[in-house]
Parts: sequence; C-alpha cells; structure tokens
Amino acid sequence: MAKEFDIPVLPTYLEIPELKEGIMDGEGPFKSVQEFQNPLGFPGKKVDNWQQVAIDKIGELKSKYRSVQVFLDSCVKCGACTDKCHYFLGSSDPKNMPVARQDLFRSVYRRHFTFAGKYFPKLVGAKELDDDMLDDWYNYFHQCSQCRRCSVFCPYGIDTAEISMAAREVLDAVGIGQKYCNQILGKALTIGNNLGLPEPALRDTLLDLEEEIEEETGGVAVKYPLDQKGAEILLITPSADFFAEPHIDGLIGYGKVFHQDGVSWTLSSYASEGANFGMFIGSYDVMRKAALRIRKAALDLEVSRVMVGECGHAWRVAYSFWNTLSGVGAGATDEFAQKLQDQLDHRYPQPQHIIEYTHDLIQRGKLAFDKSANDDRTVTFHDSCNVARATNMGGIPDGQFILPRDVIKAVCNNYVDMERSTIKEVTFCCGGGGGLLTDDLMEIRVKGAVPRMQALKVVEKDNGVNTLAAICAICKSQFSKVLPKFDFDPYMIVSVHQLVSEAIIMDKPQTDTDDVTSVETSET
Amino acid sequence: MFLNFLTIEFESNMSVISIFFTALFYISLIAFLIGMARKIYQFWITPAPLKIPTAPTPLTQTGVVMRMMREVVLFESLFKSNKWIWLFGWLFHIGLLLVLIRHIRYFWLGDLPSIFLLTQPFKYAAFAMVIGLVGLMLRRIFVERIRYISAPSDYLMLIMLLIIGISGAVMTFTSNHTDIIMVKEFASGLVSFNWANLPTEVHFLVHIFLVFVLMAIFPISKLLHVPGIFFSPTRNQVDDARSKRHISPWALKQEQEHATRLEQTLGKDE
Repeated sequence: MAKEFDIPVLPTYLEIPELKEGIMDGEGPFKSVQEFQNPLGFPGKKVDNWQQVAIDKIGELKSKYRSVQVFLDSCVKCGACTDKCHYFLGSSDPKNMPVARQDLFRSVYRRHFTFAGKYFPKLVGAKELDDDMLDDWYNYFHQCSQCRRCSVFCPYGIDTAEISMAAREVLDAVGIGQKYCNQILGKALTIGNNLGLPEPALRDTLLDLEEEIEEETGGVAVKYPLDQKGAEILLITPSADFFAEPHIDGLIGYGKVFHQDGVSWTLSSYASEGANFGMFIGSYDVMRKAALRIRKAALDLEVSRVMVGECGHAWRVAYSFWNTLSGVGAGATDEFAQKLQDQLDHRYPQPQHIIEYTHDLIQRGKLAFDKSANDDRTVTFHDSCNVARATNMGGIPDGQFILPRDVIKAVCNNYVDMERSTIKEVTFCCGGGGGLLTDDLMEIRVKGAVPRMQALKVVEKDNGVNTLAAICAICKSQFSKVLPKFDFDPYMIVSVHQLVSEAIIMDKPQTDTDDVTSVETSET
Repeated sequence: MFLNFLTIEFESNMSVISIFFTALFYISLIAFLIGMARKIYQFWITPAPLKIPTAPTPLTQTGVVMRMMREVVLFESLFKSNKWIWLFGWLFHIGLLLVLIRHIRYFWLGDLPSIFLLTQPFKYAAFAMVIGLVGLMLRRIFVERIRYISAPSDYLMLIMLLIIGISGAVMTFTSNHTDIIMVKEFASGLVSFNWANLPTEVHFLVHIFLVFVLMAIFPISKLLHVPGIFFSPTRNQVDDARSKRHISPWALKQEQEHATRLEQTLGKDE
C-alpha cells in the first residue's frame, strides 16, 4: 500500500501550489479488523446497510455537537482557508484544502439534511454517500492531522478537525476503522498505555533509567517511582517517553527537575499513557474511557496534583477536556470526581503541564543551570499544534507560547524563533499528528512536513539553528523520521526537558527520606 | 394602470404586479422569520460538549465579547488570512450595511426625522458593495483554488447580490429614477398593512424581487453564516476549562447513568 513517492524539494519561499487533482488519491491507511474494532464498540467489518447507518450517525453527531451543525451550515466558500493546510501546501491535492476536505462531509450533509440539497443537489454541490465518496472520506479524513490551523484563519472559526473527527466517527460506526488508532486504543484501554507495556516491563525500564542517570551524573540518585501511593504528584506522560528517542531524554529531564525540587512524585502503571487517541477518532466515549483511567489512578494513588508530560494532544485533552470528561479540574459533581476534588491541592492548576511546573520553579529561583552546557546548540522551538491552538499554560494570555520559550531561554544561550507566520497560533503541524503517525501514511507525513521543514531550513541557513525543540511526543517521532529526508540531522529534534536536563545543576542533597515522611504524615 | 381590470375587490386600486409583490414580500418574510427562528433554535439547543476555542483564546467572558466584536465588525480572522478576500468581503458587507440603513426611510411611517439627513451620503456605499462583489466574483472565477470549491449556488448568490446592488445604483445615480414617493408608499404600506401600488420600472421590480428571494432563502443557504458566527464554539467560548467545568446535558446524563457504550466490552467506570 505504501507507494513510492518523490521527496519534495524544499522551496526557498513557501509558495501556494497549483492544484494537482487526485495526486493523493489512494486507499488510505491500513484498515482496522474485528479484533480491534469490537472492544471499542464498533462493528468488525463494513456493515450491510452502511449508508443508512452513516446517515443516521451524521444526524446523531450534528445534534450532539454544535460545532458540527454550525460549521456545516456556515461555510460560504470564501477560500480563506484554501492555502492554510500543510498537507495541501505539501501535496497540492485540492481535497487537502480544508474547505474541500470538509465538503466531502458537507456535500453529504446537504444531500440528506437540507432543503436545497434534497431538491437542488447540483445547484448547491450536494452529493450522495456512495462507495466512491466513502473511499474519499477514509482516504482524505486520514490526511488531516486535526491541527486546527485552518480554524484560526476562518472568518467563522470553522474547524476542520471537528469535521474530521465526526467523519472518522461515522466511518467507525459503519465498521471502517483505522488500524493504527484503534489497535493502539485497545492497548491503552486494557493495559494502560499505547505501547502495551505491562507493569513489570515498565518497572524494568524505569530502573534502567535510574541506573543510567546515576552513572551519567556521577552518583545522583534520580528516582522514577512507579505506583507510589501517597506521592504528591502523579505524572501522566506519553508512553513514548519511556523508551523512544529523543523522548526518553525528556523523561530524564522531568526526573531531574522533580529531584531538584525535592517533591515526591510517581508514575502509574494503570494509567501509563498521556496520549488519548480517542480524540483522533472523534469518540467522546473512548476518549472519556481513557481519561477515566487517569482519574482512577489519581484516586488510587491518593496524589494531590496531576501533571502532564510533553505531549501535544495529551495536553489538549488534559487541559481542555479532562474536567469535562472525568472531573480532573474543578466543579464536577459525581461521587468520584467529588472525592478527587477533596484530594487535589487547589493551590495548583489541575491538571498542570510539566512546563508550567518547571517554569514556576525557575521563576522562584529553585533551579540552577549551567547554560553553557547547551552552548553547542542554537535552538528553535516548534509550537505543537494542539498545545498552540487548543490550550493555555500559566493562565496568562499566550502562555502556551511564552512558557516553553522562557524555559528554553533559561537553559540555553542561543535561541531563535522561526518565521512568525509558521509559529505560535499559526504554527505548522509536524505532519504526523491526529493519528497519522504510522508508516502506511509516510507519503502524506513527508509532504505535510514541507512547510515546517522550509521554515526550519531558513533559520538553519540564516541563524545556524541546529536544534529543534518540541513538547509533543508525536512531533518528536515524526521529526526523527522526516528530518533526514530533507537533509537535516535526525538528532536535532529534542525535548524541551532534554535541554533542561543538560543544563540543570544537580546540587540537591540527597533527602529522599524527608519526602516520604512528609507524605506519610499528610496521608491521614 | 393598464392591469387595473384584474385587481381584486378588497384593494380595488391595486395592480396584479403590486399584489404579487406584496404577497411575495410577506411569504418571503415569513419564510425568513420562521426559517431563521428554527435554525437559531437548532443552533441554540445543540450542545457544544467540549471546550474548543481556537487560539488566541480569550480567558474571560469580556475577552470573548471583544473577540466576537472584532470578528463581526472587522473580520479579524479573515484579515489574518487573506488581504484580498478581506478587502472585498469587508467592502461588500459594510456597503450593504450602510445601504440597508439608508433603506429604513422607505419603511418609515410618516415624516422622516431629520436624523435621516445623516444617512443621505450612504447612497455612495452602493459602490463599495458592488466593488466588493465584483472582486469576490473575479476571485471565484480566476483563483484556481476558489474555483475548485465553488458550487453553482456560490456564483448565483454573488450574481443575485450584484444585480441587486447594480439595479439599486442605477436607480439612484442614473436618470433611470423610479418614483420614490410610490416606493415609500409601497414599502411603508407593507409595514402598516396599508398596501399600495409599486412602481413598475423593470430595474425596480428586479431589485425587490431578488431582495425578497434572498430573504426567503436566507435560512436554507450559506447566508446562515450570519447567525453561525455567533454560535461558533471556536470563537464564542471562554478558555477556562480547568477552573470551570463545562459539560453538555447528554454527557452529564451519560455520566450519571454510567452509560458509555464501552462498558459492555471494557468494564464499568471506576
């Protein structure tokens, strides 16, 4: 299925390509099978009356999601979004223009749910949901990383991500799921993480990590506690942090920061996953199920703070959705959420991002750095789409842009931003988000990376940038894969906390025992 | 009037054309009002289950109001996106608004207050409106990307608005004036149910015919972007998910009944 394709040549300036119809036509990513579909409540294969099921599902979704209803009705086809999608810019396929992608859905909506579409389909571009259309849905709604860049530019805020999620939900409902997402969700909802890493394996990995750090630092015992009841902080981080490169160096950074602060913290083997692919497939139920594991872990471990590691959509789900889904935050009324409210320390934002935590420690002078340790680097920061456009940090306007940069600048002497039109709220996606981080989608991943790669090339040339920092597991994996295809060093992508890790001065006396006693006293 | 022999009894001096347009006005108005009420009700009752504001997000309700004002008055996001679409789009909308304000005089019952003198220059807004529409039309035809996404109705909408704008401008700025007193009697008569004949110059009839049609199709067309913007969750939500719980009625019900579908396969919550 993964066909041969040419690696695009990076342009000097990012230009809007001429349309090449059908260039990204195809069968889409590998399809899910019964064994992955059924546990999520989806049919194992394409159902017989799929058209009816799909139309009913569209009807249901538009009555449950105001976004879907309003966005389907409001588009005027002004064209403002047509040159905003990285997948369009990189692939030239017109169906990758946000409005055209939405129109795959909107044309069916019009045909079945609007007066004009029922009686004058040709006039308003209403279309039937036939086999060809369904194929197009599967293919092109899996060429959207739900990055929401189009939504920033739309005069009505129409967010293709919402339509993409709805479309994937419809596809799942008729039995056509994506293997990558649904297989991973099965692992996350049964074992506790996307990798299917069971508790003993996780424990071993963490022990190895402790040894490695002790060796590297010359005897500093940075601990990676697992399932430690009564710890103050529960860290929920993407499972990629446990073993993938360069993610693990970020995890080393978190551990060092916790160590220097002297706070007690823990990971959970039951909820060992920050990523929540339920968002990618658009399923509220699945997303909630995954979120509830984290609430359960927080309750079982009796922590007073829930913290999230470097993961883009995990932070979106945590920051924007957890309070809604599971009551991690303030104001939920069900029994478990109430119990959690009582347990959580409301002097801190709940949940809190690891960057907010480190930033706060830096502000309060609790961490010391040898910035020269990063002097071999000239760093730029890639704003990950979900963090940039769907969350905040620090509770201040634009905090999600300010805090990570502050942290980087506190630990590095050389920092440069990429071109303004490619960062912050208008950042370009890495090309691998939204459930696309799978090898069977390599062509669209490489093409979708073009706008980011082009901006990076400019700062590499002009400012000698040799390090790309990010706070998203998907971005890190994606960049490791695509950087070399554009003649960059694949190791130039790092975690922000890797930079922290390299510069932090580990001068804290070993006082582990103090922490444990303080926790034990507060446990009553 | 040569059509007087066709007039109906209860309005003995009304022509068939006048009756037709009077009826069309009320039919269109009712279609507009009922359609819009239904649509706005639908937007209103459809919950937004999740917090999805798009950056740069306002952290307070006041911030949301300011953002919405900037969107509605200045087309802020469109400005960020594309200066040409913004220029033409904004010219058209501001032109239309000013022209509509100036039209109030025709529906005003009795003598016009002197405040209407101030709206006199608004007639020139017709040019802004037409220039904007021509710009949008040219882009729709000549920019490949926009041509690709355009359906016949997208062109038709622009053509209708163009004809409305041009026919109005022709009556105002050329010697093809229409009988303005009659227009006022007709229009204010529609408001006071004191129906009167309308002038029968072709450009006037075309003008109001298309206006009435546009009014009727408003709730079943892309003109729904007008109420839509106010209901857009990415634009009207406060970014305060951590401190304030946001939950939809259906999700709350599901939560209270522990009723997610996944419980059959993956066990109950907690």
